[in-house]
Amino acid sequence: MKLVLSEEEQFLKDTAKNFAEERSPISHFRSLRDNNDRKLWDKDIWSEMVKLGWPGILIPEEFGGSNFGVTGIGVILQECAKTLTPSPLFATGVLGAYAISEFGNDEQKNNYLPKIVNGEITTALAVDETSHHDPYATELIAKKSNSGFTLSGKKIFVIDGASADLLIVLARTSGSKGDSTGLSLFIMDSNQSGIEAKKLDMADSRNYANIYFNDVSIDESSLLGDLETAGETVESILDIGRIAMSAEMLGNAESAFEITLDYLKQRKQFGALIGSFQALQHRAAEMFCEIELTKSSVLAAMRAADENSNELQRLSSLSKTVAGETLHLVSNEAIQMHGGIGVTDEYDIGFFLKRARVTEQIFGSAKYHTERYANLSGF
Amino acid sequence: MILIKTNINNMANLDKFREETKEWLDKNCPPSMRSGADPKIPVDEVWGGRNAEYKNPESKLWLDRMGEKGWTMPTVPKEYGGGGLSKDEVKVLNEELFRIGAKQPLLSFGIWMLAPVLLEYGSEEQKKEHIPKIIKGEIRWCQGYSEPGSGSDLASLATKAEDIGEKFLVNGQKVWTSYADKADWIFALVRTGPKEPKHDGISFLLIDMATKGVSTKPITLISGKSPFCETFFDNVEVPKGNLIGELNAGWTIAKKLLQHERAFISNFGLAAGMGSKRDIVSIAKKHLGEENGKINNGFYRSEISSHKIKEHAFGLTLKRAGDEGGKASATASMFKLYGTEHNKKRHELMVAASGINGVAWDGDEFDDNDKNLTRAWLRTKGNSIEGGTSEVQLNVISKRVLGLPSQ
Repeated sequence: MKLVLSEEEQFLKDTAKNFAEERSPISHFRSLRDNNDRKLWDKDIWSEMVKLGWPGILIPEEFGGSNFGVTGIGVILQECAKTLTPSPLFATGVLGAYAISEFGNDEQKNNYLPKIVNGEITTALAVDETSHHDPYATELIAKKSNSGFTLSGKKIFVIDGASADLLIVLARTSGSKGDSTGLSLFIMDSNQSGIEAKKLDMADSRNYANIYFNDVSIDESSLLGDLETAGETVESILDIGRIAMSAEMLGNAESAFEITLDYLKQRKQFGALIGSFQALQHRAAEMFCEIELTKSSVLAAMRAADENSNELQRLSSLSKTVAGETLHLVSNEAIQMHGGIGVTDEYDIGFFLKRARVTEQIFGSAKYHTERYANLSGF
Repeated sequence: MILIKTNINNMANLDKFREETKEWLDKNCPPSMRSGADPKIPVDEVWGGRNAEYKNPESKLWLDRMGEKGWTMPTVPKEYGGGGLSKDEVKVLNEELFRIGAKQPLLSFGIWMLAPVLLEYGSEEQKKEHIPKIIKGEIRWCQGYSEPGSGSDLASLATKAEDIGEKFLVNGQKVWTSYADKADWIFALVRTGPKEPKHDGISFLLIDMATKGVSTKPITLISGKSPFCETFFDNVEVPKGNLIGELNAGWTIAKKLLQHERAFISNFGLAAGMGSKRDIVSIAKKHLGEENGKINNGFYRSEISSHKIKEHAFGLTLKRAGDEGGKASATASMFKLYGTEHNKKRHELMVAASGINGVAWDGDEFDDNDKNLTRAWLRTKGNSIEGGTSEVQLNVISKRVLGLPSQ
């Protein structure tokens, strides 16, 4: 495992950097927020991402994708996060694309993957039902019926749930809350009768929904992967999601740090640049170290995903923990070092803090993954 | 096509090198110097030098054989007594040494610090004189940097070397000289330009410790051990040929050497964490108990896991720096800072997880592991002070890496 980007990966990262800076600066996110758009992402920006081939990066070539790997999409998410670019790339290009490519049957792959590649559909993964991430706490029930299954229950905090065309839903087919067994994944249109998505207003002004399933009938072919194997398959999808989200969080932290560093070099108090004060210099230097550690952790996790290493799970938990703790530190320090202007809505730095706290929760907090790391390490 | 052919040739050559290395190690690495050695045979910490003593004669044999091959510094050119190996060959050599669990033949400040700067700044004559003896472990070196009045502000050092014609006359005192009482030679920073600005009046000088007027006195640390000394220079005459680089240009060499030292200290902390027999998880399981393989105390378990995660991330960062083939200067301070702070934290955690046994000092009621841990824990307190304090590293990062302004 080489912890440096290949030339192609670096090229992809540079492309994403230019794209984010030119097409989607932070002002773009601000205007979407101020207009209170339901999707909270922009169709034109998404179409451009589709043209660049980004939703197909995790999809095999036979379905129109480029099969370029988790590192490829990770560096794109990292760069896009630097300008807080909102888009369906995470929920569709990572979660949906990976879940279907990896666990779909031929019919599902033929049906959905080309449509993801060409931007015809977006997807959402519905996992959690509790305020703390916990896939095994699933109670949403999928009851066997004559023609297939009937789903009843509720999923919360579904990323892009307010707009996705296709839902991938974790449901219980046997056992009870807390069991890692008896879980199955289903894939279905979001406009299926009985499905109701209620948009959530979260601190980071992104697209989330609680989704209600009222006796939703789906047929047998909606099963994604084998019956009652989702305890494992969903973990595998989530691990890819955790790694990709860590890359996004790294981008967020890098950008908040850079903005803060610039501010330290401009703002004067007591007749001096505040960046000359040792009280701030040492804290900035500590943040620099934490960001360097995060870069290595995220890159190692992305590489492990692409090489299907047996360290994948541990590195996924490692990167989500390190990225979560670093971003937590940097987003708080960024506000404090900006002083009064840092707590105004007019200034952008507050966006990074609000986005940080939401991403810290997605698919498990640093605490969740510190515990998981201990379990996986045998202590 | 040409490229591919070259690669195949390289690989064939490497395979051949591996075979030869295997065969050589088979013949030349004594039984007590590899894994599976008889635990009753005493273990030496081999630092070489004129006055070296060996409890096990095979320690000396192993050093001599490795030194003769130049494999204690395998990448150094053969003309200076090194192994003259390529990077790929060194990798093979290390793999083969690791495979048989070979003991490191020589611990040496000469190898870690002096030889790299001699290669860069020394004259041809100086390289030929000193590097082969470092490689063979014939001369043991110590480092004369800090002084009683010059710790973090190293460039304010006052030990002076006056020009008295063919020689320098050195007067002054160094402190924190590691193993000065056992070393044969010292590489020292001395003031040769008392009127120049402080950084521009320093020279890098090699001094034979056997010269008249050099004396040492050990310092006892809070751990009870004495790895450091005070070193005194009282009208010591040093030949001018012992000056490395230009007169008054020693600060550049000093900084370069500090980078090697920092890289070494941070790697050392990490290696100690990963490979040592003091494993925090087993210590915690031993003293706090375990249930279904889990440490039986949630608070300690969570702290240990956080710590392990950081250690893992730090290891990955060292690997990334290696893979990037990076410029050591930008990252050396970060590694020094992080490696040492991490090592301190690890020892604090091990002591805490050991309960009352974690502060055992002496006597038969405690086992050696506990007593050694206490001493080791106390020793780590110096890690973030020696080789530039953590605060100095933070200054270096803020100014040189982040470009923050000076006051």
